[in-house]
Amino acid sequence: MIELISQNPILAALAALVGLAIVFGALLGFAAEKFKVEGDPIVEQIDELLPQTQCGQCGFPGCRPYAESIANGDEINKCPPGGQSTINAIASLLDVPAPELDAEHGEESDVKTVAYIREDECIGCTKCIQACPVDAIMGAAKFMHTVITDECTGCDLCVEPCPVDCIDMLPVVETIADWRWSIPPKPGLIATDKRGELANQPVEEDAA
Amino acid sequence: MIKTWVTPGGVHPPENKHQSVTQGIGHLPIPEKLVIPLSQHIGAAAIPCVEVGQTVLKGQVIAKPAGVVSIPMHAPTSGTISAIEHRPIAHSSGMLAPCIEITSDGADNWIEHEGISDYEHISPAKLLEMVGNAGITGMGGAGFPSAVKLNPGRQRPIDTLIINATECEPYITADDSAIRERAEEIVEGIKILSAILDHPHNIMIGIEDNKPEAIEALAPHVDGTGISVVVFPTKYPSGGEKQLIYILTGKELPSGKLPADIGMVCINIGTTYAIKRAIIDGEPLVSRVTTVTGDAVGIQRNYDTLIGTPVSHLLTHNEYDEQAGGRVVMGGPMMGFTLPSAEVPIVKTTNCILAPSYAEIPDDEPAQPCIRCGMCAEACPASLLPQQLFWYAQAEDHERLEAHNLFDCIECGACSYVCPSNIPLVQYYRAAKGEIRHAREEKVKADHARERFEFHKQRIEQAEREKEEKRAARREAALKAKANPPAAKSETKSEAKPSSSAADIIAAAQARAAAKQASPEDQQAKLERTIAAAEQRLKVAEEKLAEAIESNSDKQAVLSAAVENTRQKLEQSKTKLAELQA
Repeated sequence: MIELISQNPILAALAALVGLAIVFGALLGFAAEKFKVEGDPIVEQIDELLPQTQCGQCGFPGCRPYAESIANGDEINKCPPGGQSTINAIASLLDVPAPELDAEHGEESDVKTVAYIREDECIGCTKCIQACPVDAIMGAAKFMHTVITDECTGCDLCVEPCPVDCIDMLPVVETIADWRWSIPPKPGLIATDKRGELANQPVEEDAA
Repeated sequence: MIKTWVTPGGVHPPENKHQSVTQGIGHLPIPEKLVIPLSQHIGAAAIPCVEVGQTVLKGQVIAKPAGVVSIPMHAPTSGTISAIEHRPIAHSSGMLAPCIEITSDGADNWIEHEGISDYEHISPAKLLEMVGNAGITGMGGAGFPSAVKLNPGRQRPIDTLIINATECEPYITADDSAIRERAEEIVEGIKILSAILDHPHNIMIGIEDNKPEAIEALAPHVDGTGISVVVFPTKYPSGGEKQLIYILTGKELPSGKLPADIGMVCINIGTTYAIKRAIIDGEPLVSRVTTVTGDAVGIQRNYDTLIGTPVSHLLTHNEYDEQAGGRVVMGGPMMGFTLPSAEVPIVKTTNCILAPSYAEIPDDEPAQPCIRCGMCAEACPASLLPQQLFWYAQAEDHERLEAHNLFDCIECGACSYVCPSNIPLVQYYRAAKGEIRHAREEKVKADHARERFEFHKQRIEQAEREKEEKRAARREAALKAKANPPAAKSETKSEAKPSSSAADIIAAAQARAAAKQASPEDQQAKLERTIAAAEQRLKVAEEKLAEAIESNSDKQAVLSAAVENTRQKLEQSKTKLAELQA
């Protein structure tokens, strides 16, 4: 055997390489079948970053369809509820430059809102219930409807179909439980220049 | 001397504790109005169970706990409930929170209460229930409900009970003076704790060496009880739970774990006193020792203060000079916060009201850029990198902040204290923590919304599918009904269904024709009409032919053929009619 190899070095090398190629090919083929990923993982990742308001302002029926569209090369700046932070997150995920929010699809708002039904005026038409993408409205035909505030994503979709205009989008009131500290103003280059200006500001913390 | 370990970092700010311990624990007159916030603790806010106008006795439950991690509230004195509404409370936000206001009647009448002296023979579960019902929370800082903390569950046996008497923050002497005067009761409380926790092997009282009087006061009472008083050098912040555990046991509390996970429970010494009062005397937590100190008050002293006492009440009774100091701080100079107004009430976690003069604690210098001196990293007791955290907090880089263990920061303020650029580092960390927590909550909400949306979609699809199925079933049923014709009519209908082949169309037409022959009377009438019409046509045609022959027209042949044709048709109709009549 060794003699045969030493006599035909080229053929032996060829045979060895072909053999290796077959073995690894089989291994890769097996792995591709065994560890196959269902669906498109990038869609999942983009969907994770979207705010899930399901508002349709991007022009797609829900966040997931938009995520699919982004994965297929659509613009990433069509999501007003997510705003610039979502755009930045998707941009860093896809490794593309982060554009500004496309104003065509709406403006970013700092104030979170929830839908509120003026119950006296509700006629029980169920139109808002059908429009709600997250089933956050309770009610039945000819009975008063109401919004489950905790489930409402503030998507606005119920406002338009209401025939008596009894749905308001109210800003979410900040409570003491979700109050947060804010980042202090950045120190300037020469802080002493601002001494007078800063002295007039209320003291925010006693960092002794 | 028991061996102690040394924590990394730490600072030595001026202690300023001597001013407030010259006199013993004092008592103030009962304020006219007391305000009891419904949330003085970590967990769900209590739910009021009294009405405006109702008279209450001291110690009566005025709010019930909402869930497991919650505590009840008790009336701190007898009087009338005068309001249940939002009031300013001691919170850095300066926002309002739900409170119950009691107008005191000055009598300070206790509700009927009874303690138990032989707690050794009572089950720990019952003792825990009593602690919970007494509304006791950790009185050191965070205010975690004690009954929850003391109930770590069977899978986490407790072998070390640590009593935190460190009181490392400058100015504060509430625990110090409480130990000096109430050492016996405190040790009694520790024994109750020991009974609740099924007698842990190690019971240690951790105390800094700047309180020799307190150490001395404890000594005779702990003798022969198995409780050891561990004295260690003064350093800020030794009183942090993680730091104290390390100092006393040399064990580091893993990130994100609770002391119970490593078999320890850490209780503030003020809490042990409250537990003694709750079990032995049956008194709920309605008062606590609070230090009133700072150069802006004339009398610096500790007071046994009713929960709900307005801070202004403490200040006015201690000759507060508003001109001397600009602000009032709740807590110490390191971790305390400036109060939004002096009307906020004392709560169960208020160990100090500090009214410093301008000279004592000057206003914050404007922050200057970081010079990367690294002093903050040396001062950090949690061995974090405050400077890095500062950069990442500015950049709002949440991932890196978490990677640098931002959440292990105890917000002790040692880094801000040493910072030569006066950067309010702790505020950056608090803001960053808030942002990250907020982002996490948003994530949970988004996931929830996604789930609901998916479900919504699925439901719509299913409804659509069911409708489609019903439609198909109805069609099927109709087809079946047509396939078995009960009469000729139904057959013709079934034939009329849209079909593509020509043969079908012909068959359908024939069937229609056949259907039309159904009535013999109709047929006869029709034939008679046809014959009449044909006879008429024949007559006209014969006339035309006669004319043509006369004028010798070239249409002769065509016309004669037409006449012949008409005559034939007439003959046919006549034979048919004869057949029919026969």
